[in-house]
Amino acid sequence: MVNIKEVIETNKMVEEQTLDVRTITIGISLLECIDADLKLLNEKIYHRITTVAKDLDKVAKEIERDYGIPIVNRRISVTPIALVGGAACKTPEDFVGIAHTLDKAAEAVGANLIGGYSALVSKGMTTADEMLIRSIPQALCETSRVCSSVNLASTKTGINMDAVRLMGDILLQVADRSKDRDSVDCMKLVVFCNAPDDNPFMAGAFHGVTEADAIINVGVSGPGVVKKALEQVRGESFEVLCETIKKTAFKVTRVGQLVAQEASKRLGIPFGIIDLSLAPTPAIGDSVADILCEIGLEYAGAPGTTAALAMLNDQVKKGGVMASSYVGGLSGAFIPVSEDQGMINSVEAGAITLEKLEAMTCVCSVGLDMIAIPGDTPATTISGMIADEMALGMVNQKTTAARLIPVIGKGVGDTVEFGGLFGYAPIMPVNKFSCADFINREGRIPAPIHSFKN
Amino acid sequence: MENKVIITVVGKDTVGIIARICTYLADSGVNVLDITQTIVKGYFNMMMIVDINAASKSFGDLQTDLEKLGDEIGVQVKAQKEEIFEKMHRL
Repeated sequence: MVNIKEVIETNKMVEEQTLDVRTITIGISLLECIDADLKLLNEKIYHRITTVAKDLDKVAKEIERDYGIPIVNRRISVTPIALVGGAACKTPEDFVGIAHTLDKAAEAVGANLIGGYSALVSKGMTTADEMLIRSIPQALCETSRVCSSVNLASTKTGINMDAVRLMGDILLQVADRSKDRDSVDCMKLVVFCNAPDDNPFMAGAFHGVTEADAIINVGVSGPGVVKKALEQVRGESFEVLCETIKKTAFKVTRVGQLVAQEASKRLGIPFGIIDLSLAPTPAIGDSVADILCEIGLEYAGAPGTTAALAMLNDQVKKGGVMASSYVGGLSGAFIPVSEDQGMINSVEAGAITLEKLEAMTCVCSVGLDMIAIPGDTPATTISGMIADEMALGMVNQKTTAARLIPVIGKGVGDTVEFGGLFGYAPIMPVNKFSCADFINREGRIPAPIHSFKN
Repeated sequence: MENKVIITVVGKDTVGIIARICTYLADSGVNVLDITQTIVKGYFNMMMIVDINAASKSFGDLQTDLEKLGDEIGVQVKAQKEEIFEKMHRL
């Protein structure tokens, strides 16, 4: 039987160290909705989502109450809409109509966000893929819950540089359409290399074509719990440090596993995966950067940061895989700037640069995440930053992503407020030198060779 | 089959906390399996393991009633299903 020490420890994690389940995400296949009639397609999509996910909010609340663990978000991911809408959509505006349907369906079932307004174009773009991508600025501007992602590259196919170039333009259009709100809609758009099919986290969640009809994926969190545990082992050896992180990650993941199993049982939808990612929020003590500082860095970004992050990420995975048989999604440490107070402090202290963040993305999941850059950054430069991030993922056989926010009308020294869980971000300087001639070449970068590893 | 729930009470120590909570539980058909208490940083911490299988009220009602009772006594009372602790601390 459990003892009082264990009970107090668990409750302290929730009450004082911001342990929560970050999201229950229902993945829903929309392949069965495909129809050449646009009106019918929209009706089928709305019906399918509101039927499968109708109890999402209710069940999440029940689980919160039963176990005393907060479940911060209820989310939905769907089959990439470029595939679903390909037969019916003749113009980008037709796709925007589907975005409205997704938005309404998410609202009807109480989902905070719905992901899957996506295209998978790592090798080439179909006409539908390109129309969907061109519709993204309008779709994100006119909806509030829809999230969009585009997979631009993969280890097996290389980098679709035509799509990379296009996304630089698209991102600036999204920024421009929401310029009166600090270009905030860019938060809902992410580009990937090696995008996972079962990611529960936004903005990049979509329900891959390799998935079943419907599935429950759960994202856990808990940077605060890891930080607190590490406070107890200050000055100890790496062995003790690693052991502590592993044990803590195990405990956090087991909570996610319990919530996922319960949600699966109560919703009658099979359990997919637990995403082990350490996902920070702007709340004090809920920061990945603070863990890095606790490990021994003055600020995240100091020399040694990449090594510390690599170790942290690996130990989180080692502890997590012991706790759940099905681990998937992104599973690593998120290092967004705006959503992490410790990271914001690093930027403000001048301790971290975009280039260091890029290096850090080589050893953790995600990538350049929630980074505000000057609004006058040229599209080709944005594409260059995206291409760099894609190359890291492609060569290292890992998922990488970029969620950049060019803030129209603002520059280095300014700050942008995103509100709530998204926090605020100081605008970071971008390298001023041009890569336009490189980005303006047509075609794609071939897949890398996987021998002669150096 | 047992349906175990963990009740935790945290707050300033005062006369009759256990008595009042146990009276409520007895009236609601809840069987107390184990009680442990300790003082952490000057605060009274109590944990009860109870079985609500034969309870006359739903788990949700028990939770609400216990919270209210806690407010009356001036302590925080929480009821959670046991699995969250079992899962976290046992292989």
